[in-house]
Amino acid sequence: MKWWLAGAMVFVVLTLVGSFADPYFISLMTIVLLFTFLGQSWNLMLGIGGQLSIGHALFVGLGAYSVGVLYVKYGISPWIGLFLGMIIAGSVGAALAWLSFRFEVRGIYFALLTIAAAEFARLMFSGWEFVGAMQGLFFPAPTGAIEFSMLRGGARFYYFVALALAALGIIGTGLISRSYLGYVWRAMRDDEPAARALGVRTFRHKILVISVSAAAAAAGGGVLGLVQGSIFPDSIMGMGLSVDVLIGPVVGGLGTTFGPLIGSLAAIPLNHLMSAIGDNLRIPGLNNITYGIVLILVVWFLPDGIWPAIVRLCKAIQAPSRLWLPHLRKAEE
Amino acid sequence: MLSLWLNVLASGILLGLVYGLVALGLSIIFGVMRVVNFAHGEMVVFGVYIGYWAVRLWNVPIIVAAAIAAVVMFFFGYLLEAVIVKRFVNRPHHYQFIVFIGLSLLFSGVLLVAFGPDPRPTASQLSFRTVSLGFVTLDLARLQAAITAGVLIALLGVYLRFSSFGRALRAAADNRLGGLVVGLNIPRVYAVTFGIGAACAGVAGALISPLFDAQPYLAVDFTLLAFVTVIVGGLGSFSGALLGGLVIGVAEAIAALMFTPSMKTALPYALLIIILIFRPRGFFGAKEI
Repeated sequence: MKWWLAGAMVFVVLTLVGSFADPYFISLMTIVLLFTFLGQSWNLMLGIGGQLSIGHALFVGLGAYSVGVLYVKYGISPWIGLFLGMIIAGSVGAALAWLSFRFEVRGIYFALLTIAAAEFARLMFSGWEFVGAMQGLFFPAPTGAIEFSMLRGGARFYYFVALALAALGIIGTGLISRSYLGYVWRAMRDDEPAARALGVRTFRHKILVISVSAAAAAAGGGVLGLVQGSIFPDSIMGMGLSVDVLIGPVVGGLGTTFGPLIGSLAAIPLNHLMSAIGDNLRIPGLNNITYGIVLILVVWFLPDGIWPAIVRLCKAIQAPSRLWLPHLRKAEE
Repeated sequence: MLSLWLNVLASGILLGLVYGLVALGLSIIFGVMRVVNFAHGEMVVFGVYIGYWAVRLWNVPIIVAAAIAAVVMFFFGYLLEAVIVKRFVNRPHHYQFIVFIGLSLLFSGVLLVAFGPDPRPTASQLSFRTVSLGFVTLDLARLQAAITAGVLIALLGVYLRFSSFGRALRAAADNRLGGLVVGLNIPRVYAVTFGIGAACAGVAGALISPLFDAQPYLAVDFTLLAFVTVIVGGLGSFSGALLGGLVIGVAEAIAALMFTPSMKTALPYALLIIILIFRPRGFFGAKEI
């Protein structure tokens, strides 16, 4: 019960931050919260469903482009674009999963298939004039007035949209992992033949978890496009974005509810700081080097991520007896 | 018209042999260690830079540059395995992937810091010479790269088939535990395997340095190209890597002729998706992953 309280407190603090902080901080936190949500969608697929995707940019990009094309070309509300993007990405995810799992192709092959699909889509969108090709799509500059029906407003408005999404993602993952589906998916992740022997239709469930994750990523992508104000195939569907999506949950803690938030809070500001330092010193690759080293060190020394380490620390502080017990036993022996 | 097609086909096959060598490196590492080297493209780019600097500083022929790249990259791969990769060999796949993504970010960052983002062309005398064989006119740099790659692939095949280390390597690939039981030095086999894989990538990079400008951003393309090639051929298969390389090389060349340049890069992926529909483990893929 206590984690819910802590989560609510974090939410209140973030709401207050959004109301008073300065614009730079707001825009940075908007990105952090959006990647919390995107990380949460990726986390659902690997941390709970057990399927590794390294091409999540595909789904993010499909969401962004549905919103962008409908809004920029036809003036249709982004809400409809978000909805459409989720349906498209969900279907693409399901199709990919069907293609791959039909012949029991999984693990590495599935992961490689996700990159190949993302790259294929990126190259297709780069050559597709209708969606702006390499020149990209540009949303009209925000007037500052908040139009909820068109999901348009200033930086502060998008901060609260991102906050709502991140909260929705965390609550949603929490609910899913405690529901019937959560148990089935985790059983499937841990031992697929055993789950199947117990009567779980793993083929269908794998397709389901991937399409849910893809649809969520598309929703995040749609908002990401609106926040950035422009959509380019290289930045919204490239390998770089797929890597950015998975850094949060990996650093924060795979398969945990709060991991993606903690991971994004740690990794994204670090990345921004290092790029700023790199730009100042005219060293263009500095942020790549730090990111790479952080990823290797986290998997090396904290394979569960930061969040489980924090939980362990809290438990150790709360219940010193449990920590001391083994030592006492050893002393007795 | 016919001669145009023949020329395109020939240049596709020639480049395909080099792609085969790149993919072979990835495939050997995967076949033995069950690890996908996500930083393979960076290793190719290291090779390209070695080629660039060797030609620039000492004005040596590309073949010598390739030999330098082989030695340097072998030790680089050996050390990388012995220091970092070996700690993750027994971890789940996604941890390995994340470590290799980290390594690839690290390497591309180092390349950016060391050489900057600007492309550097390797001006070799070979780049402008051609040979004419009746119907087809071949670019000499490309021909040399292809012949060297082909010879190396054949030598490596013979070595792995007949030498005692080759037997040890194949034994480790078939059954790691069995290898340990009969007293194979598995850590050493793994390190040497990773070294060979890295050397394949490095040599291929040096060989193509007259064809591609040295640039850090090439790495992602090469990584993805190697992935596509090995999936088409079958992950972990020797002949699969070679066949995959040839198929991708020819497909790229034909796409460049028939469609727009952007289609040239997209066609291998389309081919991959088609192959996965009909033959999900590639042409020569292993039964169990």
